[in-house]
Amino acid sequence: MTRPSILGDALRKDRGGQIFLALLALLAVLVPILNLAVPEGSLLHLSTYTVTLLGKYLCYALLAIAVDLVWGYCGILSLGHTAFFALGGYAMGMYLMRQIGTRGVYGDPVLPDFMVFLNWKSLPWFWHGMDVFPFAMLMVLVAPGLLALVFGWLAFRSRVTGVYLSIMTQALTYALLLAFFRNEMGFGGNNGLTDFKDLLGFNLQRPGVRIALFLTTAVFLAGGYLACRYIIASRYGRVVQAIRDAEGRTRFIGYKVESYKLWLWVFSAMLAGIAGALYVPQVGIINPGEFAPINSIEVVIWVAIGGRGTLYGAVVGAILVNYAKTYFTAALPEVWLYALGALFVVVTLFLPKGVVGLVRSRAGAAA
Amino acid sequence: MFRSLSISGAIQDRILRILRLLAAATLLFAGLAVPLHADEGAAAPIAVPATSVASANAQPFDFGTLLVQLPDADYDEKEAIIGHLIELHRPNTRAVLNALLDGRLYQRQSDKKVFIADESGDGFKLTDPVTLADAGTASSDDLDKIGTNNSLRKSLRGAVAQFALSDPDRKVRLQAVTEMLRTLDETTIDALRKRLPDEKDSKVRRAIAAGLALADLDSPDADVRLKAVGTLKDSLNSDVYNRLKTMVEPGADGQPGEADPHVFTAAVHAVSSIEHWRSFYESVETLFFGLSLGSVLVLAAIGLAITFGVMGVINMAHGELMMIGAYTTYCIQQLMPNHIGLSMALSIPAAFVVSGLFGVAIERGIVRFLYGRPLETLLATFGLSLFLQQLVRSIFSPLNRSVSTPQFMSGSLQINDALSITYIRLYIVVFTLIVFAVLQLILKRTSLGLTVRAVSQNRSMAKAMGIRTEWVDAATFGLGSGIAGVAGVALSQLTNVGPNLGQGYIIDSFMVVVFGGVGNLWGTLIGGVGLGVTSKLLEPVAGAVMAKILVLVFIILFIQRRKQGLFPQKGRAAEGH
Repeated sequence: MTRPSILGDALRKDRGGQIFLALLALLAVLVPILNLAVPEGSLLHLSTYTVTLLGKYLCYALLAIAVDLVWGYCGILSLGHTAFFALGGYAMGMYLMRQIGTRGVYGDPVLPDFMVFLNWKSLPWFWHGMDVFPFAMLMVLVAPGLLALVFGWLAFRSRVTGVYLSIMTQALTYALLLAFFRNEMGFGGNNGLTDFKDLLGFNLQRPGVRIALFLTTAVFLAGGYLACRYIIASRYGRVVQAIRDAEGRTRFIGYKVESYKLWLWVFSAMLAGIAGALYVPQVGIINPGEFAPINSIEVVIWVAIGGRGTLYGAVVGAILVNYAKTYFTAALPEVWLYALGALFVVVTLFLPKGVVGLVRSRAGAAA
Repeated sequence: MFRSLSISGAIQDRILRILRLLAAATLLFAGLAVPLHADEGAAAPIAVPATSVASANAQPFDFGTLLVQLPDADYDEKEAIIGHLIELHRPNTRAVLNALLDGRLYQRQSDKKVFIADESGDGFKLTDPVTLADAGTASSDDLDKIGTNNSLRKSLRGAVAQFALSDPDRKVRLQAVTEMLRTLDETTIDALRKRLPDEKDSKVRRAIAAGLALADLDSPDADVRLKAVGTLKDSLNSDVYNRLKTMVEPGADGQPGEADPHVFTAAVHAVSSIEHWRSFYESVETLFFGLSLGSVLVLAAIGLAITFGVMGVINMAHGELMMIGAYTTYCIQQLMPNHIGLSMALSIPAAFVVSGLFGVAIERGIVRFLYGRPLETLLATFGLSLFLQQLVRSIFSPLNRSVSTPQFMSGSLQINDALSITYIRLYIVVFTLIVFAVLQLILKRTSLGLTVRAVSQNRSMAKAMGIRTEWVDAATFGLGSGIAGVAGVALSQLTNVGPNLGQGYIIDSFMVVVFGGVGNLWGTLIGGVGLGVTSKLLEPVAGAVMAKILVLVFIILFIQRRKQGLFPQKGRAAEGH
């Protein structure tokens, strides 16, 4: 008899999580088969476009989990999480840019096209080493992590909380949006980074590579979910929830509230960075638009709609809203913003626990 | 349709401007050459009429008959006819000459009559040049433009300027002198010299003196030049500055434009003195730009200072309430297109009411269920802002709407040659101060203000005293929203009225309120103006975008150190937040 681990214990009690992981595993098996094994033209065939779309949704789901971790369990409403998402994305984008090599329009072996266009003679210092995959992946974690560390250290230490913190996170991502629009920043300005060719030597356009990216995203989503679940179930996580419920009291008991918040915040930012890094090769572009404050707020609404403080609710919300967005913006573009706006209002007024909470209470009533 | 028209208008405008520039350049060139062969008659002053044409077929010199001859005459004859027209001293001569200069003088093919024609719609609106009365319309096929050439236009310009110089309105005279400084030549110098003794207005006198001194700089006599430099060293005119600069700086041959050492030293001093003053006025201008930007920020934030600062409600739809105010202005202007000024005045109360009602509806419908849950309020009102934006897109189309500016607000106040202030910015500053004062008055001197403050300080005690807090909440929110609507009226004069109007201001507004100190109107005023001035001061150094980023980062850091803002609330009121 081994002692049950914290994670195993938590998962046993986590019905929603079990269902989510099972569905994710099912998806990870079905999608490759339907895309690669089923011949094109068959009813069951899944187009590569759909695979990419699903991969995109899973990236969003990972981002939503990151937001739910800090909002649902620690009460930090971040309106700037896409800043971390986009930074991770830019780190990946820089690696992909360096992989283009001489295949760019100007054929410069070192400089990306936009730098040649801007008449730059050498690579800016922060682009060095980005052609090495492990280093670039380290940057995917370090760049958002460092920003979160500095911002969080400043904010939590001076006890900025609640709405103030939310507005400041929004200002942060807004400032980054403006900064990345500048050509002088060295990140491709308005156009961002695009026209990627291959990742680790695999052509990004091939269906097999798309499937591999999708599977990687699924693995990271599952991993991210388990990591968050583990953190929440651990002693550390319980203190975090205590902070959410009564920050002052937790502080008086003797916990260092600032550092608990800070490390959770940094971890969440890194998770968002990973989501961004997985997102970029699938959609094929990263530009400053990703920093837009409205995107961050949209992420919050995914979590709110799914049900905050449940983790799997965040996943449900992300996929539901994004599917609705894909559908509406194609079929009824006029209606989408009405629907999104109404969702915000309806969910906050009538569905404080989100879709998941609704399902749960129905199930509770039936039992 | 509207768009393409305005674009083609802009292009036309630009072409015209380029043509004018070209003409001016040629004139300048011609002006330099004139002293050599002025007597050959190529660009002789008009005041000396050439006799041939007039004596041949224009007896007697009647205004109307002279005009009719104009279209068929060659350029020399035209010049002569113009000379006669001037001699007649008719009050409408100037209008005719101006029309000829601008290419607005046409001959109607059907009856060979001459008209001043202005483009209107597809055709032309005609004005009788003799009586200046309306003479109906004509299509462009029926009209032939009366042509001019460079030398004729040069003479015309001189003649028109002479007319302007003797205009009773000093503004017109000043304008004429400034115009002449740009194209100094024999004719204009002559006109200026003649005018100087008769001129009474000191400002115009100074301008004329500057013009004459500018001409004296070309004199071969060093003393005359020295005196001219002395006169010019107080001028801020950019033509004067450029001219003096050429004397000081080495030219193509490596030698400075001025050979005489005394004059050269004087010119160096003059240039540095002018530069000093110009940079001073430039910083005054920057300061004023900052002030007006700050006023806009204060206007945008001051409603928020009520809803967020006093009530503690995060209203992300605040920007959209401004947008509604701007669209109200647009609608009222559509209703009375001929009374722009009046519609502007009506817009202010109308926008206040419309946005205020929206605000009350928002408070009653959404916000009141979410008191005490700020994060949820934030999300719900954000959703509302998306909804309102889309609503406006559906009703008014996603394109920007243009709101015209009333006459008294357009143009600029010319303080001197280096400093001019656009009226619109001036009015915004004044308007902001008025709104601020009125709001302070409402909060401090009315019973509504008293109850608002009471409820925000201690809700349950206020309730115990018999104040209907629910009603006060709605009224307060309505007040803040109404102010946002009034801000929208001002913004409609500054930017395009479109669905995204409010979005650009929401983060800035929150920053101003938080920076100034929540619940403190004075803090909002000083915070907004301070941020506006700071970003305008940073702009020349760091660039517009970088300045904005720096200001944002500064505020983020500032809030870390003093999270209560510049002017924190003290005492019991502070505990509520």
